[in-house]
Amino acid sequence: MNALELTDVRKVYTMGDDSEVVALDRASLTIGSDEIVALVGPSGSGKTTLCSIAGGILRATEGRVVVADEDISAYSEKELTRFRQRMVGFVFQSVNLVPFLTARENLLVVDELGQRRGKAAQQRADELLEELGLADRAKNLPSQLSGGQRQRVAIGRALMNDPKLVLFDEPTSALDTKLGEQVMDLIRTEMKRRGTAAIVVTHDERILHYCDRSVHITDGVLAA
Amino acid sequence: MKLALREMRRRPSRFVTATVILSLIAALLMLLGGLLDGLIRSSTGALRAQQAQAIVYSSTSQASLVRSRVDPDVRQAIEQIDGVTAVGGLGSAQLGARVPGNGPRDLADVALFGYELAPDGVPDPPADGQAYADEILKADGVTEGMTIQLGPARTPVEIVGFVKDTAYNGQGSLWASAATWRSVLLANRPDAQLADGVFQALIVQGDADIAGRIDEATGGATESLTVTEAVNAIPGVKEQQSTFNQIIGVTIVIALVVIALFFALLTVERSGMYGVLKALGARSGTLFGGVVVQAVVVTAIASVLAAALMVLLDALIPPGSIPLQITPVRIVLSAVLLLVAAIAGCLFSLRRVLRVDPASAIGTTV
Ligand SMILES: Nc1ncnc2c1ncn2[C@@H]1O[C@H](COP(=O)(O)OP(=O)(O)OP(=O)(O)O)[C@@H](O)[C@H]1O
Ligand SMILES: [Mg+2]
Repeated sequence: MNALELTDVRKVYTMGDDSEVVALDRASLTIGSDEIVALVGPSGSGKTTLCSIAGGILRATEGRVVVADEDISAYSEKELTRFRQRMVGFVFQSVNLVPFLTARENLLVVDELGQRRGKAAQQRADELLEELGLADRAKNLPSQLSGGQRQRVAIGRALMNDPKLVLFDEPTSALDTKLGEQVMDLIRTEMKRRGTAAIVVTHDERILHYCDRSVHITDGVLAA
Repeated sequence: MKLALREMRRRPSRFVTATVILSLIAALLMLLGGLLDGLIRSSTGALRAQQAQAIVYSSTSQASLVRSRVDPDVRQAIEQIDGVTAVGGLGSAQLGARVPGNGPRDLADVALFGYELAPDGVPDPPADGQAYADEILKADGVTEGMTIQLGPARTPVEIVGFVKDTAYNGQGSLWASAATWRSVLLANRPDAQLADGVFQALIVQGDADIAGRIDEATGGATESLTVTEAVNAIPGVKEQQSTFNQIIGVTIVIALVVIALFFALLTVERSGMYGVLKALGARSGTLFGGVVVQAVVVTAIASVLAAALMVLLDALIPPGSIPLQITPVRIVLSAVLLLVAAIAGCLFSLRRVLRVDPASAIGTTV
């Protein structure tokens, strides 16, 4: 089972003045079930667009999107919402924790808004915080955490629903080099421990060796 | 929902302004309602207290006591009707009363009733020259055993007891025998004097549907109303009700606008967070549910604060000074109306919540 299969995926944004931007052009990409793939490319090349389509946030204009054997190409808005609850995790470019929730609650919110497993979710949150080295920070609000700690909470949040694919959109761009490497190290450890596949979007060449392979994208066109 | 409640607990300060404003609006709403209830109560008590299946006026009186005259032959005709068990006369006179101990110009407004059939809470008619007084007259210094003087002729009437909730036209009423009423009228209002046996209205007890049959039997000489109809027909009652209800309506619209604006602003402010939560799999319905929960909680707290304020106000205002009547029914009704307004106000945020794009959470798309 592959974590992701994109086949000839196109994404065209239509602007207000009817002009069109082709953000992804006939992109095909297969990611194995526990592979970590770096997605590298200049600004505006379509990296975020690709992640959004793979994660069921955006719908492709054309092409087939299959995540862990589930074909989501024709999913409705509602089905995509349920799909995101179950199958994928996101770590966003900016950290985006809920500011009035503690670290632990920020993990649990995924469960409260989604599958509602209650006790099991609490146990999972505690395990994740432990693994991420945040056990003693569980009761802190995001404003009481450092940038690296916040990013770790965000990673924990992305793993709460036991995803088949985690999408990291520039997870280290807001961190300094040393912290960035620590976080990448953590990402790799966590992904490998669970055997979960990931796409890591980055500009940063130094991060590449944390990934199994890298894929380059220029003007919406993929190249290995 | 958990998220919404947690936000309120963790960041109460964001909700304070809205809660305070809504509390004031809720208090205004309850105050208006209380005043309306109080006014209506003090305008209608004398008729509400009647134990009657029909109150009979003369047909040309437009259900006004002062304009109405019911002659003895009409009364006899009514007494003959099958299903009528008792008929009693009722007469009224609105006068100024001199109360011992008060200044010479400090007259108490009273409505003197002459009656034959006792209203609810009023004993059978007292001896001539005596009257039961409504307890709101205590605020004018009236006490049991006192003799007050009615009208320009200063007709003396001895107060032999108090009764509750029988005010009429905002005036405290006095309940006396028909003969006492007739003699007061003769002395003070010679122009309005009525011959023996003539009353302003008749109180009829009997079958529930008797009212219609009475007007048939009198050949249209009478207009018979149920107690409720008679209460609503008291001049001014309907007007007071509709005026107050309009003001209450406007107040509710204001509450709705306040809620709508407040939560629309909060929603705009939160659209980033909503985007993230949607990307994590939150449904729009869940997020909007959170907005409604917060609006309901704010409104409920505001209603409780306002209710407490009203109870306090009610305790502070000396009885009889202003016709404010605070009842649980009115407080609950006001709170329910506010809740409905709050939920309706939230609907203005619904579109915005629905429109938040999960894609806004990720990367450069805004
Ligand atoms: N919602 C949108 N509407 C119109 N055009 C868009 C939209 N989102 C992205 N684009 C365009 O699509 C192209 C790809 O955008 P995308 O956000 O995927 O780039 P990116 O590789 O993530 O860039 P960056 O490294 O700056 O984050 C860009 O030309 C961008 O302007
Ligand atoms: Mg991007």
